[in-house]
Amino acid sequence: MIYREAGQFRTTYASDQAIFPIPQDRWFVVFAAVAAFVIPPLAANEYWLQAVLIPFLIYSLAAIGLNLLTGYAGQLSLGTGGFMAVGAYAAFKLTTALPQLNIVVVFLLSGLIAAGVGLVFGIPSLRIKGFYLAVATLAAQFFLLWLFNKVPWFVNYASSGTITAPNRSVLGVIVTGPNATAPVRYMTALALVVVGALVAKNLVRGRVGRSWMAIRDRDIAAEIIGVRPLRTKLLAFGISSFYCGVAGAELVFLYFGSAETLAFDITLSFLVLFMVIIGGLGSILGSFLGAAFIVLVPIFLTNAPRAMGLSLPVALQKQFELMVFGGLIIFFLIVEPHGLARLWQITKEKLRLWPFPH
Amino acid sequence: MTELLYGIAVAPFKDMAGSPAFFAEVLIGGVFAGLMYSLVALGFVLIFKASGVFNFAQGAMVLFAALTLVGLIERGVPVALALVLTTAVMVALAWVIERVVLRPLVNQEHIILFMATIGLTFFLEGFGEMVWGANVKKLDIGIPDRSFIVAGIQINQLELSAAVTSAVLVAVLAVFFQRTRIGRALRAVADDHEAALSIGIPLKTIWMIVWSVAGIVAIVAGIMWGAKSGVQFSLSLIALKSLPVLILGGFTSVPGAIVGGLIIGVGEKMGEVYWGPLVGGAIENWFAYVLALAFLLFRPQGLFGEKIIERV
Repeated sequence: MIYREAGQFRTTYASDQAIFPIPQDRWFVVFAAVAAFVIPPLAANEYWLQAVLIPFLIYSLAAIGLNLLTGYAGQLSLGTGGFMAVGAYAAFKLTTALPQLNIVVVFLLSGLIAAGVGLVFGIPSLRIKGFYLAVATLAAQFFLLWLFNKVPWFVNYASSGTITAPNRSVLGVIVTGPNATAPVRYMTALALVVVGALVAKNLVRGRVGRSWMAIRDRDIAAEIIGVRPLRTKLLAFGISSFYCGVAGAELVFLYFGSAETLAFDITLSFLVLFMVIIGGLGSILGSFLGAAFIVLVPIFLTNAPRAMGLSLPVALQKQFELMVFGGLIIFFLIVEPHGLARLWQITKEKLRLWPFPH
Repeated sequence: MTELLYGIAVAPFKDMAGSPAFFAEVLIGGVFAGLMYSLVALGFVLIFKASGVFNFAQGAMVLFAALTLVGLIERGVPVALALVLTTAVMVALAWVIERVVLRPLVNQEHIILFMATIGLTFFLEGFGEMVWGANVKKLDIGIPDRSFIVAGIQINQLELSAAVTSAVLVAVLAVFFQRTRIGRALRAVADDHEAALSIGIPLKTIWMIVWSVAGIVAIVAGIMWGAKSGVQFSLSLIALKSLPVLILGGFTSVPGAIVGGLIIGVGEKMGEVYWGPLVGGAIENWFAYVLALAFLLFRPQGLFGEKIIERV
């Protein structure tokens, strides 16, 4: 391994409970974050930013949100798409009603609105558990999309029924809308996801996160030692929906440009759930890894036959992709049910001793 | 405001009393639709009972079975032979699923298995369409989609035969579960895996049988739904429509799936016809879920589900 932890002693509780207790790790993360801010806008071309990096960042944020709920608090939810739609439509309504409002503030406010909706749909979780709850959250998914489809007020009475991101600028730079350049949108998404990940990382190692995990592991036992299930579960739903709402707003404003409810249908919910599970339940790093996997695999599958010199008809190509995608998910679950994050942890453990096996 | 309250609480019932024939039609339509949902929900229940897997791929299995059947018939295979072949395909599929997906994932958490079945859904959808083509196919089983009138009430012939088929299927399954040796073994496994293993019931064989039975139920559901609305991709979405049935009836109860299906079917039709116009229609997508949710708040394990007893 390139570094060893030998000789690093933690002498205070504060240093023991730090997010990254090992200085090398800490510096690596800082370095990676700085590199993420500097290198892609300079080096990557439009295609990479638009098709890979921006969706990766947005989905990462959504996956962190769902991971807080499902991975940490143990409440299985299939309503992610619905909560993301709430964020997107709230952002659209807010920014068209108050054009002078800073777009980042709009994102955060729409996250708060999504959190409110999440709280309401989290109420059944107090009575229902497991798969019953998962199916119950589908009610949120279908009801919310139906609402946005049916009530023209949400799309400002546009006859097309779509919401479109208007041009909005922060500090004189156009961030959203048709005139925003890909690097700027990338930077915005990155800034939001870095802050989001940091907050999430802090949440889960504190009192809130520990009470979530207690509820997840054994809810009755948690209740007996004084964790209040009502507050804890609803808090998980609220915070998770906040993340999903911000991610949904970003999805329209920074990635699609314009969207209708179809963009937020049940497929999106499953996609985010896949990210969380393949990345690793109960791991912030896993959310990033899972998002990267789900974003990259379809791109790889689209390009792989062409790279091998095969040209398949479009329909066949699509079915082939679906099939391989499904197969890969099963394969990954069998190889490592605890996700890519666990795989990374194992690699790290191995590297620690490498090249000496003992 | 009073107008709205009137629209919710008075007008629909006045409509119902005003034209009892139409009300009966709606009711019967709901019962038929409910039985169709039950058919799909039944597949879920069978698998969940025996292996604790929430098999999201049931809808894809319905699609796959229907595609295979139609594809075979289109290629000139006689209907009876096509049915036998489709059954063989579904049994083979069950065997493959047990070997490739379930066995390596034994003892994993429920959510992991659930995810695996979603992966399976994608795989089956892609595979089925790749083999049999993606265009909408007509499945003609010789029963015309016509209506006849009994006592002033229109009854659709196709829906009636679907209802009768579901009823027969449920009866056959009930006998199979209660009276046969395999049925007893299945119930033992459903009760307690480890106890069943310890008295010598081969768990893996049982799982394969259960998945095969679910596959056969999927064929029946596929024929009924395919005859009604054509065999196409959207067929796999009926899984989503039967989930409320599932939580309403309870994940572990066969009668629950039937009663749940009836409640959802009737509730949905009633809601759509009498209350739907108030909110602009097209409520059938979520109405069933809200209905099921309302029931769940009072009985968290569903109407017929096993009582949840929790210990620390």
